Amino acid sequence: MQHEKHHIVPYRTYLLILAALLIFTTLSVKITAIELGGLTVAAALIFASLKSYLVLTYFMHLKFDKIYIRIMVGFVIAVFLAVLTITFIDYSFR
Amino acid sequence: MSQVIHQDEHYDEEGAKIGMWLFIFTELLLFGGLFIIYSVYRFRNQDAFHMAAEELNVTVGTINTFILLISSMTIAMSTSALQKKQKGTTILLLEITFMLGLIFLINKYFEWGVKFDHGIFPGSQYMMDNLSQGEILFFGLYFVMTGLHALHIIIGMVVIGFALSGVSSGRVHPHRAVLLENAGLYWHLVDLIWIFLFPLFYLIH
Repeated sequence: MQHEKHHIVPYRTYLLILAALLIFTTLSVKITAIELGGLTVAAALIFASLKSYLVLTYFMHLKFDKIYIRIMVGFVIAVFLAVLTITFIDYSFR
Repeated sequence: MSQVIHQDEHYDEEGAKIGMWLFIFTELLLFGGLFIIYSVYRFRNQDAFHMAAEELNVTVGTINTFILLISSMTIAMSTSALQKKQKGTTILLLEITFMLGLIFLINKYFEWGVKFDHGIFPGSQYMMDNLSQGEILFFGLYFVMTGLHALHIIIGMVVIGFALSGVSSGRVHPHRAVLLENAGLYWHLVDLIWIFLFPLFYLIH
């Protein structure tokens, strides 16, 4: 048998995270219903980022796993953002 | 052929988990590419995307978001339940997750059905005649991205099915939980993608 030091996440933590996720969803629906122009996109994306942070950290156990998985996830996100940025720089200066 | 009768089956939990994460990265970049296409077309057709997004039903989208978030919690809880050696609870939580996935798909079916009835589907003559280029692009992306996501829900449900049979047969137990954990990771990925699909298609107008 391996010596696994499994961190058992209590149900309560998951319930709290779910509550936060549902609140963020409701807030993003309410906020985007107001006409804010360009801010609507920003607000929606900020809430989506907050929610995905919670899902990655708690539901996907990044908080409890070894640090290198977190670094790899961060790297993938950085690659995506870099490609997005480069694409938009290309479109803006055409 | 092996002469050893009592050979331990190879089991590498960390390796299995890294493998799953690497697969998840490819999935993230697959959807990431689609998100980049979406953002470029949105940037170039702002008014058309604005008008087309009004067609989508925010209530149905919100309900589906709630369903997926709850299902993500139940599958996360099932891992805790297994580690606490509560086999019955683990199975129940997995079944709930599976059912929530099914409800999500049923909602999606009706949601798409309404669009089809209104003549909005890929290649429809109604769209060619009545909608602008930008609106056609919006609905094209909508069907491709939510469709691909729905396909992932179906695959996720199959994976949950495997985890479910593993737990009930005893092949998946607290010391060999990686199949359940990876099923959970995959399901959370599906949730993660929806977290971005929902605001981009339903909320931003």
